[in-house]
Amino acid sequence: MPFRIPTTAGQQFSLPWIKYSKIDNPSTGWGVALRMFFEIAFFRSLFRNTKADILNGRLYVGSNKWLWIGALAFHYCFLIILVRHLRFFVGETPWCISLIDSIDSFWQIGLPMLYMTDIIIAAALLYLLGRRIFNPQVKYISLPSDYFPLFLILGIVATGILMRYFAKVDITSIKELTLGLVYLNPIVPKGLGSLFYIHLFLVSVLFAYFPFSKLMHMGGVFLSPTRNLANNNRMKRHVNPWDYPVKHRHYEEYENEFREKMKKAGIPVEKE
Amino acid sequence: MAGLPKPEELISKVNLKKMPSKKWMDTLPVEFKPGFYCYGAKGKNLEYVEFPNARDWSPTDPDWKLPEDWKKIVIEGIKQRLERFRTFHVFMDICVRCGACADKCHFFIGTGDPKNMPVLRAELLRSVYRKYFTVGGKLFGRNGGARDLDLDVLKELWYYFYQCTECRRCSLFCPYGIDTAEITIIGRELMNLLGLNTDWISGPVANCYRTGNHLGIEPHTMKSTLEFMCNDIEEITGIKIEPPINRKGAEILFVTPSGDLFADPGIYNAMGYMMLFHEIGLDYTWSTFASEGGNFGFFTSLEMAKRLHTKIYEEAKRLKVKWILGGECGHMWRVWHQYHNTWYGPVDFLEEPVSPITGTKFENAKSNKIVHISEFTADLIRHGVLKFDKSRNDNLIVTFHDSCNTSRGMGLFEEPRYIIKNVCNHFYDMPDETIREQTFCCGGGSGLNAGEIMELRMRGGFPRANAVRYVREKFGVNMLANICAIDRATLPPLMDYWVPGVRVTGVTELVANAMIMKGEKERTMNLRMEPLPGKEEQ
Repeated sequence: MPFRIPTTAGQQFSLPWIKYSKIDNPSTGWGVALRMFFEIAFFRSLFRNTKADILNGRLYVGSNKWLWIGALAFHYCFLIILVRHLRFFVGETPWCISLIDSIDSFWQIGLPMLYMTDIIIAAALLYLLGRRIFNPQVKYISLPSDYFPLFLILGIVATGILMRYFAKVDITSIKELTLGLVYLNPIVPKGLGSLFYIHLFLVSVLFAYFPFSKLMHMGGVFLSPTRNLANNNRMKRHVNPWDYPVKHRHYEEYENEFREKMKKAGIPVEKE
Repeated sequence: MAGLPKPEELISKVNLKKMPSKKWMDTLPVEFKPGFYCYGAKGKNLEYVEFPNARDWSPTDPDWKLPEDWKKIVIEGIKQRLERFRTFHVFMDICVRCGACADKCHFFIGTGDPKNMPVLRAELLRSVYRKYFTVGGKLFGRNGGARDLDLDVLKELWYYFYQCTECRRCSLFCPYGIDTAEITIIGRELMNLLGLNTDWISGPVANCYRTGNHLGIEPHTMKSTLEFMCNDIEEITGIKIEPPINRKGAEILFVTPSGDLFADPGIYNAMGYMMLFHEIGLDYTWSTFASEGGNFGFFTSLEMAKRLHTKIYEEAKRLKVKWILGGECGHMWRVWHQYHNTWYGPVDFLEEPVSPITGTKFENAKSNKIVHISEFTADLIRHGVLKFDKSRNDNLIVTFHDSCNTSRGMGLFEEPRYIIKNVCNHFYDMPDETIREQTFCCGGGSGLNAGEIMELRMRGGFPRANAVRYVREKFGVNMLANICAIDRATLPPLMDYWVPGVRVTGVTELVANAMIMKGEKERTMNLRMEPLPGKEEQ
């Protein structure tokens, strides 16, 4: 990283009696760590989101948290669902996964019990898709590669929900299959139905598509130099690994050009 | 303003919700609308600093007189920068087009042109990147958001990279911290490889290389300018000041943008600096060579920025000063705060800055050894060094415009406010969504303060002006203070157009006006030689 160019989002560290923003404008590594934590865990920047409108020749800027709520809901539900799925890949379900599982089905509605995350992720995905379709600005900037992962994940969620609540597929058979994969001893139990194979196929597509796509934002957010650097370049020098000397004008050349004028004006010179 | 429709008409046609029916990739060739693009560079200015492809050119010429292998130059240029700048590489890859940045850009708000949404501005270049550097782009082509680089695309890139003021407001709201300024900086570097500079930027760059400042002020002229200001100071205060110039062995080198030496209202700020330094008996010097803190080179390439900024470092060495004090300027402070130390450090021939008046150590500047005038002045006031008669500013109802660069590239918010509140009785901030880190650009930063793009500037400055209008209507604000020389040049026409009756001032002018100087005569005029409140009849 050649230059230390954080985007500062609060008061800088300067004079001792001025309170500075330790997190939004960090001057230390710890501050940066906190800033990144809030960025990654709570989408701090998106929380700041506003909405601008022009009405009768006036600009109105107001708070707008919908995208933040939608994005946060989607990502956390996705994470919890992913973690919940781990029980398919280990012989005995670890206590922490069981705990997440029981919290997620806290309301104890129906049998099998309804997971909150299933409802929320479906709603969040529909909201995110709806934005792309109905918000004219977002619609205009959207590429096919923006819709594709949305539909893909929607497909995964839909097949998952159908399997669990409607088709009620045999979980033991699925576990046989997944454990077989884990131990590199694949078996194909009977009676798993096409829904399961569609689900599995879409998940495989998602995994394969991930590294080539915008989904890489997951890793990229950690690398973003406007967020992960401290705002202290006047205090602590940052080194550019590929810095090189540049041709510039020296004072000597400058004085050579203007010496007579400088002398006449009584400005001190190096060479009389 | 000549040739511009009335303000209400200008903005009434903007609809942020209505997008063109054609997809953005299908809207080429781009139409070069008068008032929206700067004039092309003059060959002699490019040649003077050995920029590539030096020739006179105009953006509206069908033939841009490009080198034959221009496409290869651009692709190679992108490749080199992908390797060098993690910012660029990461920002090319991680955008999810969530649209959070869309309505954050003052140029989008003022023009309604979708390609001024930061995401789309970046996408213009990202599409080329995808085509030549990513598997996805090669595989899926247009469906993957990739497109070939051709002359029409090049023209489009040029047009929109010169409609971005590098204010970084979008980078604040982006969930991944994607910084359009960084993309624009690199986009303009690519244009620079082909000699596609603007006149308004390359002229000052050539001037700055030769004379040390953008305006091309030669040493003897700078001296007479400062002396002329001192005559005015004497007339106002009765105190005679001799400006120290190129004085070896001074404790502090003072550097400010040359805009403060030239035009109204910057000159009042320069007078203010000299009055302040005289009052506290500061051992300082001006330099005729380091006579520019601003850096228009920063708007062509980072290399050119470094080439221009070296003079400050060299002059500090030659004049054997202990540390450097910097005047009020925006991008100058971005360069000083985020680049200078990396370019020239370790700056070990200078000393860690300590205020000779209060003894305060400026911890935050201990490595770079460069202190901001607002930090310096706030410290003086805090220690009770200065005496003020605030009533001299009583005719002013002041609001403060946070400059983009000192806000999002530094975080200088409290210091200037503290100063203003100590020298003015009437201060009101604009709404929260338009100040501090969320501040709106003046509309003319990053070399876009050219006269030929007045319409673009008025549109881009609309969000800022709108917030000023709000405090004008609510509190009767009539003075817009700021700490940036570009602001002092761009905000007066912006105010005249949108919010007539609001004038523009630097913060140090307010300080000097209220400051009671030892041995001064009874003041009847402010620094602009207008009668002070209560002295109108005299």
